[in-house]
Amino acid sequence: MTEWLAMGGYAGYVWGSYSVCAAAIAIELWRLRVRRLGALRAARIEAEAGIAG
Amino acid sequence: MAWIYRYASPATFYPVAGVLAPWFMAAAALLAGLGLYIGLIAAPTDFQQGDAYRIIYVHVPAAWMSMLIYIVMAIYAVLYLTFNTRLSAMMMNALAPTGAMFTFLALWTGALWGRPTWGTYWVWDARLTSELILLFLYFGFMALNAAIEDARRADKAAALVAIVGVVNVPIIYFSVQWWNTLHQGASVSMTASPKMASIMLSGMLVMGLAAWMYAIGAALKRVQTIIVEREVGADWLRRHLGDNAQVGRVA
Repeated sequence: MTEWLAMGGYAGYVWGSYSVCAAAIAIELWRLRVRRLGALRAARIEAEAGIAG
Repeated sequence: MAWIYRYASPATFYPVAGVLAPWFMAAAALLAGLGLYIGLIAAPTDFQQGDAYRIIYVHVPAAWMSMLIYIVMAIYAVLYLTFNTRLSAMMMNALAPTGAMFTFLALWTGALWGRPTWGTYWVWDARLTSELILLFLYFGFMALNAAIEDARRADKAAALVAIVGVVNVPIIYFSVQWWNTLHQGASVSMTASPKMASIMLSGMLVMGLAAWMYAIGAALKRVQTIIVEREVGADWLRRHLGDNAQVGRVA
């Protein structure tokens, strides 16, 4: 396991690549969720105001 | 032709995207799991580059997607300017952030691969420079779109950027043939047998497919949000939100 993590001495390069890819995807999915919930909230407020009005 | 216009309506496409997106995301997760297993565990160490070569499993898929997404974006831009279909503009906008992310990842992983194999993180050769220009094109597209208040005018201007900028994609792709670059030539092409071991190649292709599925899933999720943002006040959206609220209350 330790040997595998060491990546033959290239651990910084290999894991530096994979971890940033994972982080970028995680951030994108999180941003997508925040934007989606925000849009739905705004649309709901408008819809309720529309029905009430 | 009528069916095209039916599915080009945001109201019709919204639920379709909602059904499809989770399937693409699930496929992406499964393929990525398999690809990571092949790339990080099953595939042997390269005799020349050692384990540094394993960056290929994220670098090449990211680079492929950076170019492919831009091409698809440009196609939607042409469709939008030709047929004036609003959904095309929405799809074009939905793809840009994911394309920019893959372009950044291609550059980042490339730098981390370049250091141990070339001895430098960055060099101004044709391949690297044109890929950096691609990142700026994505940024320019998004910035222009965000800077113009009126959505239709913003879409038209951004669509032009997408179309003009697409000329950069073949430059990236063929740069390694046209110029003397430090970056190596293509390892995989349609016309020649691949220049790598089959297990390494299969790992790379599986990861490429995973990236493809992820990009489609992310674009579908984002286009749903864009549809909601732009269709606020539309009857269908009010009904949709109302129905869901009732279902929520009953459940």
